[in-house]
Amino acid sequence: MASGQVSKRVKFKSSVKDPGTPGRLFLTLERLMFKPNSPNSATKLNMEFRFVKNHKYTKEGSNKAPMLNLTSSQGVSYIFEFESYDDLHVCKECVGKALSKTGETPKPIDTSEVPSEQPSTEELLLRMNMLRENGELQKLHMRFVSDGILTEAEFWATRKKLLGGNFSKKSKQRTGLKSFVLSDTKPSTDGRTNKVTFTLTPEIVREVFAEKPAVHQAYLNLVPRKMSERDFWSKYCRAEYLHHAKNANAGAAAAAEAAEDEELALFLKPDDILASETRRKIRCVDPTLDMEADEGDDYTHLPDHGIVRDGSKEITESQHEHYRRTLSQELNRHAAVVLQGTPIDEEQLKDTQSVAEALKLSKQGQNASNEETDMNTNQDRLSRISKMIEIDDLQASSDLPLAPLSIKICDFESRIPRDYFDSQQATALKNSRDTSIGNDPVKRILSAEESYASLRDSISHVKTTGLINPIITPEAAVKVLSNHGLSFLDTLPNTSKEELLYHWTSLQELLRHYWSSYPITTAYLYTKVNDVILLSE
Amino acid sequence: MKFQIEDVTVCFPYDHIYPEQYSYMVELKRALDAKGHCLLEMPTGTGKTIALLSLITSYTLSKPQGAIKLIYCTRTVHEMEKTLAELKLLHNYQVKHLGPAAKILAIGLSSRKNLCVNPNVLEANNRDSVDAACRKRTASWVRALSAENPNVETCEFFENYERTASGAVLPPGVYTLQDLRAFGKEKGWCPYFLARHMVQLANVVVYSYQYLLDPKVAGIISKEMQKESVVVFDEAHNIDNVCIEALSVSVRRQTLDGASRNISRIEQEINRFKATDANRLRDEYKRLVNGLALSGNLPGSDSWLSNPALPDDILREAVPGNIRRAEHFLHVLRRLLQYLTVRLDTEDVEKESPISFVASINNQAGIDQKTLKFCYDRLHSLMLTLEITDTDDFLHVQTICDFATLVGTYSRGFSIIIEPFDERMPHIPDPVLQLSCHDASLAIKPVFDRFQSVVITSGTLSPIDLYPRLLNFHPVVSRSFKMSLTRDCICPMVLTRGSDQLPVSTKFDMRSDPGVVRNYGKLLVEMVSIVPDGIVCFFVSYSYMDGIINTWNESGLLKDVLVVGYVSSFHLVFLMILLFQEIMQHKLVFIETQDVVETTLALDNYRRACDCGRGAVFFSVARGKVAEGIDFDRHYGRLVIMFGIPFQYTLSKILLARLEYLRDTFQIKEGDFLTFDALRQAAQCVGRVIRSKADYGMMIFADKRYSRHDKRSKLPGWILSHLRDAHLNLSTDMALHIAREFLRKMAQPYDKTGSSGKKTLLSQEDLEKMDGSGLQERLY
Repeated sequence: MASGQVSKRVKFKSSVKDPGTPGRLFLTLERLMFKPNSPNSATKLNMEFRFVKNHKYTKEGSNKAPMLNLTSSQGVSYIFEFESYDDLHVCKECVGKALSKTGETPKPIDTSEVPSEQPSTEELLLRMNMLRENGELQKLHMRFVSDGILTEAEFWATRKKLLGGNFSKKSKQRTGLKSFVLSDTKPSTDGRTNKVTFTLTPEIVREVFAEKPAVHQAYLNLVPRKMSERDFWSKYCRAEYLHHAKNANAGAAAAAEAAEDEELALFLKPDDILASETRRKIRCVDPTLDMEADEGDDYTHLPDHGIVRDGSKEITESQHEHYRRTLSQELNRHAAVVLQGTPIDEEQLKDTQSVAEALKLSKQGQNASNEETDMNTNQDRLSRISKMIEIDDLQASSDLPLAPLSIKICDFESRIPRDYFDSQQATALKNSRDTSIGNDPVKRILSAEESYASLRDSISHVKTTGLINPIITPEAAVKVLSNHGLSFLDTLPNTSKEELLYHWTSLQELLRHYWSSYPITTAYLYTKVNDVILLSE
Repeated sequence: MKFQIEDVTVCFPYDHIYPEQYSYMVELKRALDAKGHCLLEMPTGTGKTIALLSLITSYTLSKPQGAIKLIYCTRTVHEMEKTLAELKLLHNYQVKHLGPAAKILAIGLSSRKNLCVNPNVLEANNRDSVDAACRKRTASWVRALSAENPNVETCEFFENYERTASGAVLPPGVYTLQDLRAFGKEKGWCPYFLARHMVQLANVVVYSYQYLLDPKVAGIISKEMQKESVVVFDEAHNIDNVCIEALSVSVRRQTLDGASRNISRIEQEINRFKATDANRLRDEYKRLVNGLALSGNLPGSDSWLSNPALPDDILREAVPGNIRRAEHFLHVLRRLLQYLTVRLDTEDVEKESPISFVASINNQAGIDQKTLKFCYDRLHSLMLTLEITDTDDFLHVQTICDFATLVGTYSRGFSIIIEPFDERMPHIPDPVLQLSCHDASLAIKPVFDRFQSVVITSGTLSPIDLYPRLLNFHPVVSRSFKMSLTRDCICPMVLTRGSDQLPVSTKFDMRSDPGVVRNYGKLLVEMVSIVPDGIVCFFVSYSYMDGIINTWNESGLLKDVLVVGYVSSFHLVFLMILLFQEIMQHKLVFIETQDVVETTLALDNYRRACDCGRGAVFFSVARGKVAEGIDFDRHYGRLVIMFGIPFQYTLSKILLARLEYLRDTFQIKEGDFLTFDALRQAAQCVGRVIRSKADYGMMIFADKRYSRHDKRSKLPGWILSHLRDAHLNLSTDMALHIAREFLRKMAQPYDKTGSSGKKTLLSQEDLEKMDGSGLQERLY
């Protein structure tokens, strides 16, 4: 172990059903070897770890034998059955180490400045899967990485998005809030006594804090210095109970209670923080539904003008209006909060204190960003209003020259070049039609030969003048590669077609690395760029 | 596209046009040619506004000799913004295709609250305080004072504007309120006064109804509009209500108390002036002898809400002698207050005509009719003389004077109703003396008389022959257009029963029946689960909506029980999944409240929820602010449920008096009018789901009474033509089935130009091929 070498007695199998060849397995960080017990057995194995793509093993406790399954990059699997799980564990660790090592083993010239990152096993697995699923990619990998032109890390670095995209999907997505009103804490009574109980969970607390900033503020101010957590929530629930009390003069009762108890009044009063937030928000609502502006323009309904008592206006008991809060208001507020989403993750939902703190932090961040958003809203308002007024089907569909949506193109950036050619051809054809309309219609009827000649001309021209200007005019290139409906590729013989495609991908890969090396800040990058240039020539 | 309608080349900013838009323009042009008024009903979602704007602007362009001004009246500010945005689109198109000759000036006009850019003034949170804060800085005497005393605050925007004087003009273009504010800020000019000034010069003015209909406002804003104007009232189905409201005033105890406080303050001011500047009052006296025509000479910033009733010629009459002196006028007001206090103190409901009311004032308070008539302007003059700027504190005494002037001016079409308490809450004494107008034609008469063409248009003007009677005018064109549909993109249904086959209705004796409430709830729960994006529900009143929401929330109709296991500090709880929660499982719920700000935010959030795909339900009230002007088109409204028929509160004394008046004067039966009124509200509510023919939406009328022919037939034709017989008597599950089918059908691709022989989308070539008259026949 200490020397980095492990040897264990195993049975080597080609499949699970295979009875297997008994022998010894030697593992180092670079390679693995299997020597059968009987020297005349043909099953020997000696391979480097970098050809191992994948390893699987049986779980301890399952009633299967302890087995390790290594898959090579060719897709052949090697199964070793161990005598005990302990042996398996030792080997497993060793294999894991070795596999992770292979990612950076063929190190190039300037080791000190290689952007080296230890890829996690998960990522390695992902890479291997990807290579297996995508033949194109595998070929490239074979050509550049196996031949040592690019390092494994470099190869994958340009495909980070590909890996990362799959990766973060699970972890980064934020969960929204439930639409249910959680905090609508229905008191439960036991039926015999007058006792009323409320229940609060951190989730409910989060909702309460988010919907009622005043309660949140009060909590931060009061707990635990002035009152205990329990007292705080009892008061809160009492206030809620008063609000929901069924009797007609709930407002009056609330007012009376509030007069007696200063802290209770906090919960019963209308929310000042909310009110100021409302004032801010009302300034950036969509002007096509700004009813507040209407009110400002309505001189018919001056106080005591217009028709007052025809039954359409509602009657309110004005006295304790201040303390009245309606279910509608609560529901509106709730829905607004749900829509806004929460900045607090599930993990932070431990206890009320942490919820309160987390919410406070997120609010500070919000206030800072509010200023910016206010600036942007005007533009936003205008674009919204123009979207609102357009009549969609009266105008020609506003199709931009987009390549048609194709799942293949979308899901994989290392798309099959064929698609690229085809889609390029389609859009370019459209463009050339647009530009050359009335200009010279004959020009469009170039034969494949002619256009190929033109390409050759321009290439030779480039050869003499050097690569200063764009190599070939895009129109010419398109004409070479497209022949009115027929893909140019289809006119080529199969072998040369494949060759062309292969060169295309390789060139693209090299270009990708070439550009990714800029700006050239280190010696390592410099050599890399030179390599790439050499190779592409 | 460009095309000819007779001698006018119409420039239309889209590549295609709906055939009904084309016919709409043809009819409109006929009315303009005849210089007469017209009444046009065209379904919502067929691009009425843009058709109207295109035709009128093109018409003006083709008649360079007599430039016609367009006065476009909307009901709300947000509709104003929308109209201006459409006009902007059109204008850009016209300038692009016709060159700079097509340039016009179009502005929106609103109150100071919506136009002011002075941050100090905007701090005031309601309209009246903003007005007063503005006057405090811009009144002529304040500015004169500040010339001597630099500590007196003025408004720099107004000062800049005044300094530039006639140089302050808006370059041609289309200005929304936002644009006006931005322009004002950039130039340092006051946008409000700039806009007020530019109204006279603009080719198109967009403002709200009351700037023409409410004499208080119209007197200052619209009095100089030339006769050669085309006035458009868009969404005019409620125009009669706007008219009668503009002329109605009510007086409460608080009003009287406030007014008497105001009078005391005015008295103090008078005494102060007598001591310091007695000449000023004497000058006023002289001016009043010469007549009231004074406001014309006032600087714009001093003008006030104008007289609620006075026709022009009265302004040239001399003010009656007994109120020329300020003290005498105050005595008159005091006596009037006293009289009103006595009248208000009554046990029974009283109803009286203006004639007998004026007679009894004359008898008991010694104020004759002519004096009453001049009250408002006398007060106005006095307050200017006394240099009172905090006009928002004097609203009460203004109300009293408004009342006096109206009572003194009109002898018919009004009644005075004194109620000691609200019918619905007899235990709370709240006496009100209401002067209510019954005759919509009074307020709109000056408009019809003054302008050569008045266009009244809306999506729901059915029955179209009723409006000329209500408004007392003779349209040269009166037409209702159908909608030519490419596919059946609206799906109206009448739901009469719940899934348990029990009838549903908001009839007074049924509405609070738990069965009905539950069935309504179930309907919504089911619909929420199958309809994508936005759903809008309309209730007959706020109180009914509140009631039903509370019941849904609390009654726990569904007794499923969910154990919440995660308990921290308190006890374990059993939460009932309530009906409401079940709705929320599918969509967020937003509710219209009587607080405008809250409702606006709720709507904004509702739209956001629909935009982001979460979906939402909006609960609203027929006749409420939302039903009046908010569109729920496209994904903002795939389904509208109208719970019940929104009848007016039939026990209201005012309504009864109006019905009586309508019967006696116009021979309109009470029942007919009530049904007409309720159904136009319902149609208005459901009509807001469609924006264009590419849009689609369902409408559910959930009340058994809709299945009756006399009710249903009052719906506008374009809804009726889609209401199939099979959809007239549905239960919840049947409606659910139809909704599923409909949504599936709408998801299919279709040919936008219309397939089977009938063209529903016309291109320029189509229009050129068939000439105007041929088109009409082909379409209908």
